[in-house]
Amino acid sequence: MGNKQTTFTEEQLEAHNWQEGLAPHLVPLDYTNNPDIKVPMALIVTMPELKENPFRDRIVETFSEDGQGNMSFNDFVDMFSALCETAPRELKTIYAFKIYDFNRDNFICKEDLQKTLNKLTKGELTPEEVTLVCDKAIEEADLDADSKLSFSDFENMISKAPDFLSNFHVRI
Amino acid sequence: MPPKRRNNDIIDVENVGMDVDAEPDSDSEEEARRKSRNRRSKLQRKAKQVSEDEDEEDEDEAPRRRGRRKLTKTDDDDDDEDETPQRRGRRKLTKTDDDDDDEDETPQRRGRRKLTKTDDDDEDETPQRRRRRKTTKPQDIDEDDEREKRKAAARKGSKASRKKVSKEQSDDESEEDKGRGKKSGRAVSKKEKEDQNNDKKGNKKGKDEENKDKENKNKTTSSSFSSPPSPADSDEESLSEGEIAALKEQVEEKKKLIATLRNKPWRMKKRLLLLKEAQDFVEKFEGALGKGKGRRLYAFKVMMTKKLIKFNRDFENFKTACIPWERKIKEVESHFGSSVASYFLFLRWMYGLNLVLFGFMFGLVVLPEVLMGLPYGSIPRKTVPRDEQATAMDFSVLFDFGGYCKYSVLFYGFYNNDRSIGVLQFKLPLSYLLTSVGIFGYSLLVVIRTMARNANEGGDGGDEGEFIFSWKMFTSWDYLIGNPETADNKYASITTSFKESIVDEQENQKDENIHLRRFLRVFANFLILCSLGGSGYLIYFVVKRSQDFAKMDPKTLTWFENNEVEFVMSLLGLVCPPLFETIAELEDYHPRIALKWQLARIFALFLGNLYTFLFALFDEVNGKLEAEKSIKNATEWALHQYYANYSSFYNTTNVPPPNVAPADVIRGPCWETAVGREFVKLTVSDVQVTFLTILVGDFLRAFIVRFLNYCWCWDLEAGFPSYGEFDISGNVLGLVFNQGMIWMGAFYAPGLVGLNVLRLLTSMYYQSWAVMACNVPHERVFKASRSNNFYMGMLLLVLFLSLLPVVYSMMTLSPSFDCGPFSGQEKMYDVVIDTIQAMPAFIGNIFTYVSNPGLIMPAILLMILAIYYLNTVSKAYQQANTDLKKKMQMARDDEKNRRNNQDSTNQVMKDLEDLLPNKSLAPTPVAEEKPLDIVIDKTRTTRTKPGTAGKGVEVQKEESLSAPNPRRPVTRGPGPRGGPPGNMRSPQPEPGRGRGQGRR
Repeated sequence: MGNKQTTFTEEQLEAHNWQEGLAPHLVPLDYTNNPDIKVPMALIVTMPELKENPFRDRIVETFSEDGQGNMSFNDFVDMFSALCETAPRELKTIYAFKIYDFNRDNFICKEDLQKTLNKLTKGELTPEEVTLVCDKAIEEADLDADSKLSFSDFENMISKAPDFLSNFHVRI
Repeated sequence: MPPKRRNNDIIDVENVGMDVDAEPDSDSEEEARRKSRNRRSKLQRKAKQVSEDEDEEDEDEAPRRRGRRKLTKTDDDDDDEDETPQRRGRRKLTKTDDDDDDEDETPQRRGRRKLTKTDDDDEDETPQRRRRRKTTKPQDIDEDDEREKRKAAARKGSKASRKKVSKEQSDDESEEDKGRGKKSGRAVSKKEKEDQNNDKKGNKKGKDEENKDKENKNKTTSSSFSSPPSPADSDEESLSEGEIAALKEQVEEKKKLIATLRNKPWRMKKRLLLLKEAQDFVEKFEGALGKGKGRRLYAFKVMMTKKLIKFNRDFENFKTACIPWERKIKEVESHFGSSVASYFLFLRWMYGLNLVLFGFMFGLVVLPEVLMGLPYGSIPRKTVPRDEQATAMDFSVLFDFGGYCKYSVLFYGFYNNDRSIGVLQFKLPLSYLLTSVGIFGYSLLVVIRTMARNANEGGDGGDEGEFIFSWKMFTSWDYLIGNPETADNKYASITTSFKESIVDEQENQKDENIHLRRFLRVFANFLILCSLGGSGYLIYFVVKRSQDFAKMDPKTLTWFENNEVEFVMSLLGLVCPPLFETIAELEDYHPRIALKWQLARIFALFLGNLYTFLFALFDEVNGKLEAEKSIKNATEWALHQYYANYSSFYNTTNVPPPNVAPADVIRGPCWETAVGREFVKLTVSDVQVTFLTILVGDFLRAFIVRFLNYCWCWDLEAGFPSYGEFDISGNVLGLVFNQGMIWMGAFYAPGLVGLNVLRLLTSMYYQSWAVMACNVPHERVFKASRSNNFYMGMLLLVLFLSLLPVVYSMMTLSPSFDCGPFSGQEKMYDVVIDTIQAMPAFIGNIFTYVSNPGLIMPAILLMILAIYYLNTVSKAYQQANTDLKKKMQMARDDEKNRRNNQDSTNQVMKDLEDLLPNKSLAPTPVAEEKPLDIVIDKTRTTRTKPGTAGKGVEVQKEESLSAPNPRRPVTRGPGPRGGPPGNMRSPQPEPGRGRGQGRR
């Protein structure tokens, strides 16, 4: 038990500090009754770890329990434990899929891809190029020919990606 | 199966966080366990087995089964009471691979049993179970529902079918079994406590191998939490050794859970709950067991692993930080694409190479001469001649590397011909020769090694990966980035890399009139050959004329006639590259290939340049050699006269050497120094031209375009001057030819290498600044080939070309008589022969033997044979490689097809299938459940080794995608079977047939 657990709490504490730092007015002094505090997305995305990330809104939405981006403390810790370095690939894959699934239909369809691409390139590609890239991406990864990526397609593709693990984490 | 399977996936993803407890996997796990248990206890408990099995799985749900469970359990426990020891023993053998859940419970159960022997065990157990149910219920509600459904389906299926399912995993299991067998075998011979430990560990290990331990632990956690500490607590004092061990086990288990809790895809609420329980448990029992040592050790271990991770990370960072200019290049790459970055990488590589060469030259030649040789002014060759002394310090002279520069350590002539110098008896002339040759040898070695390594890295550009765009899309953003600047760079680099891939892709898709294209390409090549030939003739003509001019009196010639060669050269160098580029438009190659063509063509042009320069140089040298001869004769004659006069005047044979100041001694032209100066001047002027071009052509242009744009009649930025593009081909060739100059010149001017290091260093900073500040990316950003082998190949060619003149001069020309380390010798390589002769006789013998033609010829023959053989082998490998690649591609296509076919793409086929007579609905659900799990597992495990290539891929596919197939023949006629293999061979079966086979 012991140490690992302590670090866990440390992390929690740290995270808590952030939360407090982000939204001091929202955090009560008394935590004994486990009050249900939620920090809105607008505050969470200003964190240094997220503020440059093109998918920050999606990340926050994904990890928040209500899907709107309002995060409770638990969601917050959740987020960082999924994004931390030691989280297993399967876990990361699941969350990555959810992050990239913009419209939450459990498929990554062309619109999702377009959104992803535009976020990644800050919209610097021409519409034709975007279409080409999206078509190619789907053609590559779509194994069941429904012209959208299901989770298994995504997992299959991601599991072969060389730098998914190294890129899909934050350091606290 | 596919529709169902997809549903399942959906459920999984939907419930992320809530209950993606690796459900499907754990299910298969269960299956495996069930089966093994079946096998093992067949003899003893055949009757009980079914119900018990199911009970244990259904623990979480199915309150309605509790009744039955009670029955079986009591049975079980009665057994226990009768023969506890034996049973325990048996347990070890049989249960080791049972549900961990069971394992965890046993010790407590046992402990309790001891005390309350007469009690019915179930009385104790049920509350716990109930409690567990209570605790897990809130989180697992969905899961339970799902499971229940599945269980219902499973129950329907006959036992036979279930067995079949599990047979599917026989390979997994055999592995597992092996591990277990071994462990349990060992276990029997040992004490009980150790047994349990071992078993447990073995069990764990075996599962680890299968990549399943996560699921396993999952299971453990959800079930073992419940084991209640309360009763055991009070019975503490009566615990036996075995029970303590068991408790330890459990505690370990909990600790493990606590350690790995982070890795579970649960919502934090659930995690906290589980964590709390586990902690309570551990605390209680650790106290009970009086532990503390293990805890500290564990803490230490954890701390160490953390430290290690941190250290590794820091070390990696440090390593990256040690690579010079990595960030600069990355920055350039992110804005200009890999093609421009490839130039900078090449530049950096060149810098490294030159640094080593400089190290050799400086350490073995320059430094010894400076430290141990005679100082400046001691002998004629180290002194500026009297008539030059007045201007020796003038800047114009120094800038021309005359004056003091000429008589310095920079040039060949400064070095003395003493056989050995200093206290160390350093053989400087020998060192000079060997270092000069060694520089070539080392460069050759490095270039070839780099080429070989790059070739290994493979691929002429273009990722061979299957998921170029998807990977770029989903894995290219680095979530670590928190710095706005870095983020901007990353955006730029991602955009650039997308553009690169798009260009590649568009190139692939292009299919136009191939005949027109071919014609145009041939035509373009014809044009370029014409212009190359023309320029070659022009150079030849000009050089010829210049030789004629050289014979005339220089005063009668005009300035143009004097500098005709240089003028024509630079004109060609200015006009031809853009001309080639224009012509290359006709060809319409992919920019990467176009760059190569362009490089090759300009290279051919520049070669003419280089060789004209060399011929002019050798003419000069020959003239100098003749002049030297006469001066040498004159000097000798003067000396002779002096001796004769001295001896006749003083009538003595003991003549002191003439007392002349070293500055006044008559000396020869020292052609080596002249050649060296020529090279140094050339290098320096090259640097000047390059830097000025950048300053004017890029910086000034960009400056004007940028700031005059506000007050100009047309749009300067988009219109005519615009910003410059980075000229990759010109820069690379400049670098390559510059290096050729260095290689040639290093022999005559040892300081040239140092100069070149400086040049590369400055140009690295200067150019990377210039490119970022004043250039715009190419219109079509293209991906450079990952290996710089084309550059390297050119470098190799230049190396050979520059090797020739140097070796020629070493071997055939005689060195100057009064300057340089080889003065006084007939040929330069005489130093080596002298050294060999000075060595012990047997070494001289060895050299004689080695240089014997009788030995050399067979050696060469052998080498040729070896080259031939290796070449053949490499070709064979290449062939095999392409075959395997093809196979993989086919397998992939096939995989796709298969999935497509299995899917309900064709409604007609589906209906047809439904109409098939033999189809019984009952077993299908079972079949449908299991394959999914298998699929996920298998693909995950096999996927990781692409090295197994063709066969591996096919096998994997067989398992993963046609998993349901083996089960089918039971319910259906054998008629359509055999489809899939055929299907597999053909990458693209016609739609109807393919679908039919896939669905069957």
